[in-house]
Amino acid sequence: MSNYAIETDKLTKIFGEFTAVDEITINVKKGEIFGFLGANGAGKTTAMKMLTGLLTPTSGKALVSGYDVYTHSESIKKNIGYMSQKFSLYDDLTPEENIRFYGGIYGLDGQQLSKKRKELIQSLELEEVRKKLVGSLPLGWKQKLAFAISIIHDPSIVFLDEPTGGVDPTTRRQFWERIYQVAEKGVTVFVTTHYMDEAEYCDTVSIMVDGKIEAMDSPKNLKETFKTDSIEDIFIRLARAAKRGDR
Amino acid sequence: MAKVQLHNISKSFGNVQAVRDVTLEVNSGELYGFIGPDGAGKTTLFRILTTLLIPDEGSCTVLGLDVVKDYKKIRPKLGYMPGRFSLYQDLTVEENMQFFASVFNTTIEENYDLVKPIYSQLEPFKNRFAGNLSGGMKQKLALSCALIHKPELLLLDEPTTGVDAVSRKEFWEMLAMLKNEGITIVVSTPYMDEAEKCDRVALIDKGKILRVDTPENIISSFEKTLYGIKHPSKYTLIMALREYPYADSVQPFGEFVHYTDQRHEFPVQDLLEFLTSKNLTDAEIRPIFANIEDVFMELMEAQTNE
Repeated sequence: MSNYAIETDKLTKIFGEFTAVDEITINVKKGEIFGFLGANGAGKTTAMKMLTGLLTPTSGKALVSGYDVYTHSESIKKNIGYMSQKFSLYDDLTPEENIRFYGGIYGLDGQQLSKKRKELIQSLELEEVRKKLVGSLPLGWKQKLAFAISIIHDPSIVFLDEPTGGVDPTTRRQFWERIYQVAEKGVTVFVTTHYMDEAEYCDTVSIMVDGKIEAMDSPKNLKETFKTDSIEDIFIRLARAAKRGDR
Repeated sequence: MAKVQLHNISKSFGNVQAVRDVTLEVNSGELYGFIGPDGAGKTTLFRILTTLLIPDEGSCTVLGLDVVKDYKKIRPKLGYMPGRFSLYQDLTVEENMQFFASVFNTTIEENYDLVKPIYSQLEPFKNRFAGNLSGGMKQKLALSCALIHKPELLLLDEPTTGVDAVSRKEFWEMLAMLKNEGITIVVSTPYMDEAEKCDRVALIDKGKILRVDTPENIISSFEKTLYGIKHPSKYTLIMALREYPYADSVQPFGEFVHYTDQRHEFPVQDLLEFLTSKNLTDAEIRPIFANIEDVFMELMEAQTNE
């Protein structure tokens, strides 16, 4: 078995004349927190879609949780979790109903579901609001619920697409604590963010510019290589060199 | 003279108190920031300042005029960029500019000098529909449209939310330039690190002002000694630190966990031994500087305990 949760080799996606993702090669170790940074339009979303089995690559290789993205995209979907900025919770269902709904979709049986439901409601401290509609909950609560639901089926990898937008710093810290918690249990965390300081929470950070990975290392090594003390500096230096896009 | 004066302003929607007893002043020529998370009340404050909402309590003047009585006089003098992109997506870049200019009885040519540094970057795409622009470009167009009538006061509601770090940096450079032109600017943001770009900021949470000051003064108001603690097992480290009897606050913060101690004298060796007893050997501990988020979190906590 490979030590990597995600392995790609020259993974590429071309739309017509446009090379959205240009030969990216990344190796994400099992249990690590991998920060996937890039300017708007750099190709992050397209790359994520390929890695989550939603989009077939044009060329190159990619194994996610050991499954080939070309031939086993359904197995990939069953073995990963995904949470986006726009969540995907149903506002007009309660937290309990959302848990039941997603648990059902991921094939948990009745017994597993009721166990998970109790566990989550308790660990997320949602006891008081378990019968309220999700739409009426504060943003921070929705985020923690969406995260918990994204890993309800115990996936080996979870993809978080800008998970922390808009919340207060205390809530953001609590969210990162949960990320650390699942990473220490061995779950691989693949995360995108616009908060450059959040890159510092990651074990490895990659920076994508014009469809290519321009830098990839631990935050500490990146700062040493680029002789600066902030990831933001590095990001801006690399992203300003972008030719693509019309920022 | 103060360009904006809010005095004991409150506003509720049903049983949600969006703004609670807010008092503040924005001086002429200032770049003033409303810093706070979603739900802080930033947008409600902007809607009161732009005369779009009437406060339940308190008084508010903008450019010396009362927001309730004199709303018609205020509106032509304001430039407002709402949080949600509100230009016409099915008009081109140039058509949007012409539309906003004509609404304010002016032309693009008349105030071209003011918008030129920003609008010139968009001119290569002036025949493109606004709906087809990238996030950073939409933001520049919205700013150009808000500026086209040379407003005395510019009100920008979360202009940098959701755009990447490069566009954010460029946007703040544009605001610095407009400030040099003498325009007073009030801008809101949920990104705490953007506070340092402002002359003064109001830290806001749940409708209440936590503090108003310069970013430097806010950071130096952090009185405790802050330590950064590092260990590869971050979650285990956080949990262990919370069990340490003298721990005051323990917060993950990137590479380091931010830690304050309850004691005046903090024996680093004692904590190291405690961590070793929890199987966390070779942790790194060092004093560090607080940042604006540390202060914000402390003020939030003080507010909750009140």
